[in-house]
Amino acid sequence: MKRRVLPGFGLSLGYVMAWLGLIVLLPLAALVFKSSALAPSGWWALLSSPRTLAALRLSFGGAMLAAAVNVLAGLLVAWVLVRHRFPGRRLFDALVDLPFALPTAVAGIALTAIYAPEGWLGRYLVPMGIKVAYAPLGVVVAMVFVGFPFVVRTLQPVLESMEREVEEAAASLGATRWQVFFRVVLPLLLPTLLTGFGLALARAVGEYGSVIFIAGNIPRLSEITPLLIVEKLEEFNYAGAAALGVAMLVLSLLLLLLVSLVQRASRRWELPR
Amino acid sequence: MTTRASVVRVLMILTSVAVLTVFLLLPLAVVFSEAFKQGLHAFTRVFHQAEARSAIWLTLLVAVIAVPVNMVFGVTAAWLMARFEFRGKALLGAFIDLPFSVSPVISGMAFVLLFGAQGWFGPWLIERNLGVIFAVPGLVLATVFITLPFIARELIPLMQAQGSEEEEAARVLGAGSWQMFFRVTLPNIRWALLYGVLLCNARAMGEFGAVSVVSGHIRNLTTTMPLEVEMRYNEYDYVGAFAVASLLALLAVLTLAFKALMEWRYRHELAAGGIHR
Repeated sequence: MKRRVLPGFGLSLGYVMAWLGLIVLLPLAALVFKSSALAPSGWWALLSSPRTLAALRLSFGGAMLAAAVNVLAGLLVAWVLVRHRFPGRRLFDALVDLPFALPTAVAGIALTAIYAPEGWLGRYLVPMGIKVAYAPLGVVVAMVFVGFPFVVRTLQPVLESMEREVEEAAASLGATRWQVFFRVVLPLLLPTLLTGFGLALARAVGEYGSVIFIAGNIPRLSEITPLLIVEKLEEFNYAGAAALGVAMLVLSLLLLLLVSLVQRASRRWELPR
Repeated sequence: MTTRASVVRVLMILTSVAVLTVFLLLPLAVVFSEAFKQGLHAFTRVFHQAEARSAIWLTLLVAVIAVPVNMVFGVTAAWLMARFEFRGKALLGAFIDLPFSVSPVISGMAFVLLFGAQGWFGPWLIERNLGVIFAVPGLVLATVFITLPFIARELIPLMQAQGSEEEEAARVLGAGSWQMFFRVTLPNIRWALLYGVLLCNARAMGEFGAVSVVSGHIRNLTTTMPLEVEMRYNEYDYVGAFAVASLLALLAVLTLAFKALMEWRYRHELAAGGIHR
């Protein structure tokens, strides 16, 4: 091995490993250990109860729906911010990061104030039969909010560096606008869109603060899994809470693995660099 | 053809602006509107109450501890990840990112299972009359966990892109380790570091899920500002909830403004990516 010119390898490696061990791995080890206190029959009773299943379905189904909405909206917004110039563009560009910076509890009560039956938008939506607050749709709205920046921000640098010659070549060869978009642009962006989808999904699955206010938290209807964990903790059912946490972590890791496999498959369309 | 293209363009811009306005600007506006709904007097009265003041102090205290702790960790981890090759590096990187993909509630619960009355170290702590869970140390620990990757993630891509030539030159010319760090490394990463600190601070002050699990919601003792927002909201004190929330929203707006300013001013000194990767 090459002799290291730069100092501090041993010290930084030791410190980073020790700190990660203490702050990240030890607590997660305690979580896994505690969940093993639950007997297999306990796991089965927990995971097959209608309330747990409904919560998992809402957390994962809602997060996937929200991430999909974010892919569509994010593609449009990133495209407009990169390719078009209009007054206020820089302001809107900065605004995209708001869900990163705004505390989730603040987002939660703000979204509720907007979509509640008496709220700014709720008073028009509810008479139309669209119930957002205190319903599963509200959960999805909050998840879309917290995941919004991921797709836009992963897409922007890729769009900026994408060579327009490819699109121009397609157009000059007689492709229509839609053909250029669906046959040339979209395949090129697909791996990045999937990265953004995965990030938005991971964020939305675990989201708590912005969801619990708008959800109404009706068991088996609009109750998310993290809230179910909190309720089990409040009942001092630590093994059950830990088991539910482990189940959530395993499910989201599997889901993200699946996304990255699809992403790897989609890379075959990328242009050689 | 050109007219149709420009119609499509205008439609796309208008739709984007509408999406951004309804989904992002409206929630921000509603916070301030609700906070001042009953006038300035009702708003300021909230901040004369001991609970609100104590929540503000506690939030500042937690951030003042958690952010420097993560600053030291972030700089060290970035030095390690960007300057050395070693076995297991990818795995270590995955562990640094891990807090991003763990639900805040699960993070908080993990600390309860370590330090709570039923936890691994619970009995030991109770014997010595030390409180971690339902006390300030638990709030700090949960916040440190949640914000652990922020600064490291901002620095690693930048330092990788910068390369180590300048630092190696400093060493060859006889600079000591700390001399090299303070004269070469730190000046090269200062804007990205400030940027990371800013984002880390915003999250530290606004963290809700993890902190809510370890706090126990004891008024005047373990309620940070986001928890104070929740408690007031659940007690139907909407003006109070939105007044405290408006301070946090103001912090978010200032963070965004500063971020935009830095991106515009020091664009080439901030690596692409960072937190969004």
